[in-house]
Amino acid sequence: MTYINELLFGVFPYIAGAVFLLGSLVRYDKSQYTWRTGSSQMLSNDRLFLIGNNLFHIGIIALFFGHLFGLLTPTFVYTSIGMTTGAKQVIAIFAGGFFGLICLAGILILAYRRTFNPRVRRTGSKMDMFILYLLFAQLLTGLASIPVSTGHLDGEVMVRITMWAQSLVTFRPDAATYLMDVHWIYKTHVFLGMLMFLVFPFTRLVHIWSVPYGYIGRAYQVVRRRAV
Amino acid sequence: MKVRAQIGKVLNLDKCIGCHTCSVTCKNVWTSREGMEYAWFNNVETKPGIGYPKDWENQERWNGGWSVKSGKLQPKAGGKWRLLAKIFANPDLPGIDEYYEPFNYDYQRLHNAPDSKHQPVAKPFSALTGQPMDKIVWGPNWEEILGGEFEKRSKDYNFQNVEKEMYGQFENTFMMYLPRLCEHCLNPTCVASCPSGAIYKREEDGIVLIDQDKCRGWRMCISGCPYKKIYYNWQAGKSEKCTFCFPRIEVGEPTVCSETCVGRIRYLGVILYDADRIKEAASTASEQDLYEQQMRVFLDPHDPEVIKAARAEGIPESWLEAAKRSPVYKMAMDWKVAFPLHPEYRTLPMVWYIPPLSPIQSAADAGALENDGLIPNVKNLRIPVKYLANMLTAGDERPVIRALERMLAMRRFKRSQTIEGKPDYAVLEQVGLDEAMVEDMYKIMAIANYEDRFDIPTGHRELSTDDPYGERAGCGFSFGDGCHTQSGGSTGTDIFGGKPARRRAFPAKVEFKVRKTEEQS
Repeated sequence: MTYINELLFGVFPYIAGAVFLLGSLVRYDKSQYTWRTGSSQMLSNDRLFLIGNNLFHIGIIALFFGHLFGLLTPTFVYTSIGMTTGAKQVIAIFAGGFFGLICLAGILILAYRRTFNPRVRRTGSKMDMFILYLLFAQLLTGLASIPVSTGHLDGEVMVRITMWAQSLVTFRPDAATYLMDVHWIYKTHVFLGMLMFLVFPFTRLVHIWSVPYGYIGRAYQVVRRRAV
Repeated sequence: MKVRAQIGKVLNLDKCIGCHTCSVTCKNVWTSREGMEYAWFNNVETKPGIGYPKDWENQERWNGGWSVKSGKLQPKAGGKWRLLAKIFANPDLPGIDEYYEPFNYDYQRLHNAPDSKHQPVAKPFSALTGQPMDKIVWGPNWEEILGGEFEKRSKDYNFQNVEKEMYGQFENTFMMYLPRLCEHCLNPTCVASCPSGAIYKREEDGIVLIDQDKCRGWRMCISGCPYKKIYYNWQAGKSEKCTFCFPRIEVGEPTVCSETCVGRIRYLGVILYDADRIKEAASTASEQDLYEQQMRVFLDPHDPEVIKAARAEGIPESWLEAAKRSPVYKMAMDWKVAFPLHPEYRTLPMVWYIPPLSPIQSAADAGALENDGLIPNVKNLRIPVKYLANMLTAGDERPVIRALERMLAMRRFKRSQTIEGKPDYAVLEQVGLDEAMVEDMYKIMAIANYEDRFDIPTGHRELSTDDPYGERAGCGFSFGDGCHTQSGGSTGTDIFGGKPARRRAFPAKVEFKVRKTEEQS
């Protein structure tokens, strides 16, 4: 049991992370033509999609940053400003629940569309389908962890999970031990999350790297000179 | 003054016969691929009609082009933040049904159908889903030769301020062809609305291209372009557009659509323009002034000051010479018979159109021609001048009338000269032309020999590379990954240490440098 725990939460995250980073780099370098959002909007462009895709993206971006800061902010940072771990957990539950539901509404629309709209289904790839349902499953496990969390509001489990994440990114060998005794729903959620990092470079998710923030600062017109 | 050169284009609608040869040759060269079946970089529409994609001219619906808000020029779809807010789902994006669902015919069925009472037919099936299609309901030339009801076609945006009901009657009906392609604008909205910065205008010849590697498929260009001439490749997830056949232009050949035009209506030539004036011209308050303003952006290729400034910018001598001969400049600037398509979109388009003449309408009604001096009154032409003006000058009829009168005068003059044997100089005076001008017009517009239509200086590739020898036997045109070359064709070593096939610097440049210094010393 310890061995599997170590493998899934001590070793697998590094494999996933390495594939995520190197895979992204290699794809960007070798095959940038395939680096795109993979939008299918023009094939089925109804109002429902408009709403669904916005809900999905707003929800998932909020969830991503929530996880990023929630997991990687060292405990002393928020205790020093007077926030208890319990309070942080409550905030996490409410924020996560709120954006989770927004995201859920969106992904339900998107999954329905991708599964049942013949144009989207036939023109999309298997990977498009896989990643969407992986996100769906991940979202469901995330939402399912909320009722479990409400059973222990002292923030102790949350701290263990953040310790796991922080130990991972600081390369401490005992990271996996923090997850040894947490509820299986957290373990599933964490595993699916790592899986997502693993498959990331092979999916349309690579467009996340290309958030066009540069657009805000640039001039409207782009003129290229002769390349010499 | 910042002089730049562009290969501009003029289409003489007076001679377009609507044969679609341009569309088909373009299609065969550029868009006969999965994902692009529905896309026509060049298509010919019959006007009046709502076109392809449906209603494309109506920017209230599609939000393409620019708007001026309290003196500030910005894309009609909104400023940068607003545009980014639409990135997840672009509310202005036309769905594929606005173009048409691409289809193929099941020809195989004609071979392998079982015995039956009726002859087998090749049914259409969707190129998207592979499912049979009951009906084909739209296409790039759906309203061909006034196809469909007038009621539907009369939604045409160019009918603004025209009493259109009468044109639904058989006796008064009119039509014209409008071949459309990317306008390679001076102030393109597609470029301005691309979040990735993948679309760019080439400095040396003005061609607007999409960097296929850098395009991320955010789809803002598709709605941004008011001419709807950027197409989303649903297979690749990238936007594609008319390339102005740049590999041909670079070697001095006309674009495929121009080369194959059987009506000889297409003209290509160099236009010099002042890049510093673009923004000001595009920001002009009144829409009707935009045509005049764009002409002010163009520079006189005979002006010594312009030539000097152009040389300073490094524009090759052959381009400056070509600019002086340019048929496009002559038609747009000297004779003022060509106009930009929908200048009110504020993109300063560089594909211009000569409005078509049409039969005299009142001749049939009154039994006699009402002459405006020596030429018929253009108000009596079957195609309403207002309709043409809405298309070409944001509704200002005066320039269109002048152009039509000049074309009529050219006919009248040549007729008097060659048939009656008495050249009618009065008619030229009436429209402000002289004999040398009208002879040149006749040569270029009526005779339209190949070498008069196309005056394209070669692209001077030697200026685009510091090592032409290393480029030999390299990769030609490729889509993104064809030869594993990145845009511009020159990548350093890749992540695995490999070098792209294209570049072979040989001998190493270092040796050259070393030898040079040795010789000098």
